[in-house]
Amino acid sequence: MKGISEYLDLHSTALSLRSKRNKVLASNIANAATPHFKARDIDFDAEMQKAQREGPLRTTSNKHFPVLAKSNGKEMLYRQPLTASRDGNTVEMNVEQMEFSENVMRYQTSLTFLNNRITGLLSAIRGE
Amino acid sequence: MAEIRNVFDIAGRSMAAQLVRLNTIASNLANAGNVAASEETAYRAMKPVFVTQYADTVKESGISTTSIEGITTTDRKPERVYMPNHPIADESGFVYQAAVNMEEEFIEMTETNRQYQNNVEVVTTLRALMMRTINMGK
Repeated sequence: MKGISEYLDLHSTALSLRSKRNKVLASNIANAATPHFKARDIDFDAEMQKAQREGPLRTTSNKHFPVLAKSNGKEMLYRQPLTASRDGNTVEMNVEQMEFSENVMRYQTSLTFLNNRITGLLSAIRGE
Repeated sequence: MAEIRNVFDIAGRSMAAQLVRLNTIASNLANAGNVAASEETAYRAMKPVFVTQYADTVKESGISTTSIEGITTTDRKPERVYMPNHPIADESGFVYQAAVNMEEEFIEMTETNRQYQNNVEVVTTLRALMMRTINMGK
């Protein structure tokens, strides 16, 4: 079982990070008209590296359970606006829309990779 | 208010707020031509006050949506217009026109419309992604 979950680990981590980032970007878009709202974002590369570096916890005895230590607390950053607006809102609609569509595209890419791996595993299991 | 969990909460509540904004714009425009007998009773444009509503749990940091704190009226003064023949004109022949700037309202209507659409777009896109994720491995 560990083998399969490890085999799918990279893309599933990427997928959950992308999904989290989608929510953050949706929040930014939802608050486009709220005064003093500061747009947030996740540094995807940094979070991805963090998640990979931690990896599974090392077990020193065969009685230990392998625990996947995932970074749960994502580091939320603030977006630097290209042009500041008078009401203190740092959401720039064009920037957010572009980031959102890029993130959606990359989510789909991860999903496709994951799908390919799963279908690959399935055909290996079936022996086709 | 209930907890903000997913993108439907985020976009849905923001859309509700935008809809309230659209309603106030509709009221303002509907009352734009109204006149009143005194400055106090004259109509003043209503504006909703948007605030950010953050998700409560620490795990969901960075997740937030919009809610309406209240509705205020603008402090723009109603215009005093000389209309001696008007039935509600005061003794010196003046009526007070509603303090609504039509252009401002129209522009705000367009902006509200755009932001509502953006939220709909976000939901549509993410819903399609969720469906694809559910069907993973098939």
